[in-house]
Amino acid sequence: MADQNENGDWTSPDDVQFRFRDDEVISVPAVTVDSFKDQTNAQAVRIEPGDDARDLLPYLDRLSLVEVNFPAFTDGRGYSAARILREAGFTGELRAVGEVLVDQVALMRRCGFDAFAPEKKLNEADVEATFSRWPHVYQATGDGREPIWKLRHG
Amino acid sequence: MYKYDQYDQAMVDARVEEFRDQTRRRLEGTLAEEHFRPLRLQNGLYLQLHAYMLRVAVPYGTLNSAQMHALGDIADKYDRGYGHFTTRQNIQYNWIKLEDAPDILADLAKVEMHAIQTSGNCIRNISSDHYAGAAADELIDPRPYAELLRQWSSFHPEFLALPRKFKIAVIASETDRAAMRLHDIGIRMVKNDAGEIGCAFYVGGGMGRTPMIGPLIRDFVPLDQLITYSEACLRVYNRYGRRDNKYKARIKILVHELGADEYARQVEEEFALLLDQGIEPPLAELERIKAYFADPDFKSGLTEELDRSDPDFALWVDRNTHAHKVPGYVSATISLKPTGGIPGDASADQIRLMAALTREYSFDECRVTHAQNIVLPHVEIGRLHELWSKLEEAGLGTPNLDQIDDIIACPGLDYCSLANARSIPVAQKISERFAANGKAGELGQLKLKISGCINACGHHHAGHIGILGVDRKGKENYQLLLGGCEAEDTSLGKITGPGFDEDGIVDAVEKATDVYLSNREDGERFLDTYRRIGMDPFKEALYG
Ligand code: SF4
Repeated sequence: MADQNENGDWTSPDDVQFRFRDDEVISVPAVTVDSFKDQTNAQAVRIEPGDDARDLLPYLDRLSLVEVNFPAFTDGRGYSAARILREAGFTGELRAVGEVLVDQVALMRRCGFDAFAPEKKLNEADVEATFSRWPHVYQATGDGREPIWKLRHG
Repeated sequence: MYKYDQYDQAMVDARVEEFRDQTRRRLEGTLAEEHFRPLRLQNGLYLQLHAYMLRVAVPYGTLNSAQMHALGDIADKYDRGYGHFTTRQNIQYNWIKLEDAPDILADLAKVEMHAIQTSGNCIRNISSDHYAGAAADELIDPRPYAELLRQWSSFHPEFLALPRKFKIAVIASETDRAAMRLHDIGIRMVKNDAGEIGCAFYVGGGMGRTPMIGPLIRDFVPLDQLITYSEACLRVYNRYGRRDNKYKARIKILVHELGADEYARQVEEEFALLLDQGIEPPLAELERIKAYFADPDFKSGLTEELDRSDPDFALWVDRNTHAHKVPGYVSATISLKPTGGIPGDASADQIRLMAALTREYSFDECRVTHAQNIVLPHVEIGRLHELWSKLEEAGLGTPNLDQIDDIIACPGLDYCSLANARSIPVAQKISERFAANGKAGELGQLKLKISGCINACGHHHAGHIGILGVDRKGKENYQLLLGGCEAEDTSLGKITGPGFDEDGIVDAVEKATDVYLSNREDGERFLDTYRRIGMDPFKEALYG
């Protein structure tokens, strides 16, 4: 399977620095969206910013891991990809990879990411601080947090 | 006006602490400038030519006196005693130290203010009609809807790394005082045939190097779908807006390239999916917000009589006041455009004085306008003279609203690192020229707007007369545009021909106004005459 991704840039379980799931980390490499569609048994896929996350929707039940790559932290397409997958009912691991930084991980988590494999390891104390910083949220994003309007009106 | 509850306050306080932490990491060197940059921008902090500039949000342009007062104090404490009101109804400080920024944000949070998302590739501060809640011609007060959108767009995790900045305006009258169709999303509150209130969405307008007037994408979005529909508009943009070229990254290019119909279709598709996601706040939330915007205790039976015996006062009333929905009141504009002044600048003392007048004369409310002036929305006609006398004393009584010297100008090369040319000195010279030649009064409504580069922060495309600073072989050069308009009859100005140097552009503006004066017919504004006679007579006068 490795030849589907010759440059070998999928993340291994060891690269996952933060994970908010109890299940086993799967250790198969994620393939590109194109290869994935041809492989009836692939369980892990990596999407790039230009990929349409909706292409994966017919296969959600056989997917255990979706890696969303952020080649540049300023390219926010991955946030929409994550929400689209969660809105469609994807419950597997959604792993943010690439330029994943301290000041973005909390936003990513709000969009449905539950694992983070930053290309450069992050300072754990800083990350913990950002995860616990916001007492409330304004939007319902499907991450389970009750938005402020819900707290106001029940 | 809106008041924070415990939740709003907690969010703004958390933001201050977040930025304090980020600034600390930046100053310690653990956060690289490249990674810090979007964070500081989303807290309003730009690196300008000489120092940091901090842009503070004034949601939909509305302030109370305590907030206005605090803005004056910040100008003294952290800047050089001035603030600069902007075309996005915000205020900027031009001489800020990075180390001070977290403390300024903390000072702002004490008066329910912030600098959240006043810059960066995210949804910016929402703008609105500066006469909202007061104008005789409005359907309803648009600000509750703007506030609902403010809360939705603040820290929206999906939309903080958009292809480019994103500006939203909400209005609720036929007359457009907010350049609504020159926004990424312009919303007009409307009533449908069944008598229900909803939102008409115009998407893909904008100025910048490729100005576009936003097309209507949907004529009626029900109030209980406003947030969901907005989210669909943004998601389509976030996914498909161009990221390969910064100059093509605004949503106007996406809408233009797809075509308005195709963009609308994609939004509808996304919208249909999002409707099941439970992201829409209940209508009760809108009702809660609306209660804050209830009318103040207007008196009834007030006099509408005005003693016009003082001609200076009468002129100011004629030019700087606007019809109010309640008899006996007007909205009064404080011009920040004295002859030869810097458009939109006010000293700390002037800001604090305006704060005091806000409390005394206008039910504790004032507004920032996109034309860089201040409005006291609810003033008793019977107290206008008293108000005007105090303004006059402080150099704030200039009677020039919408006149040629009520110039919109961006900071230009005096401050801005992107500028090609200076804007402020050109504005000053034009205002001095027309004060000296005595023609200003004769010209009537004439909106003149100056940008120091193609980014168009000074709205030059939308000026009846627009001026665009360009770089011509290393020299500042100014192009002249005619026929733009940001109001409900939105149009984009056309370039007259070759540009001018700094003195030449002042002459050119005067020549253009002379063409108008000798061609105008009864009751025509400059813009009307231009639209009737076309560009040729102006070209003839300028280059003939
Ligand atoms: S128009 Fe250009 S010069 Fe003026 S403020 Fe904007 S970017 Fe700067």
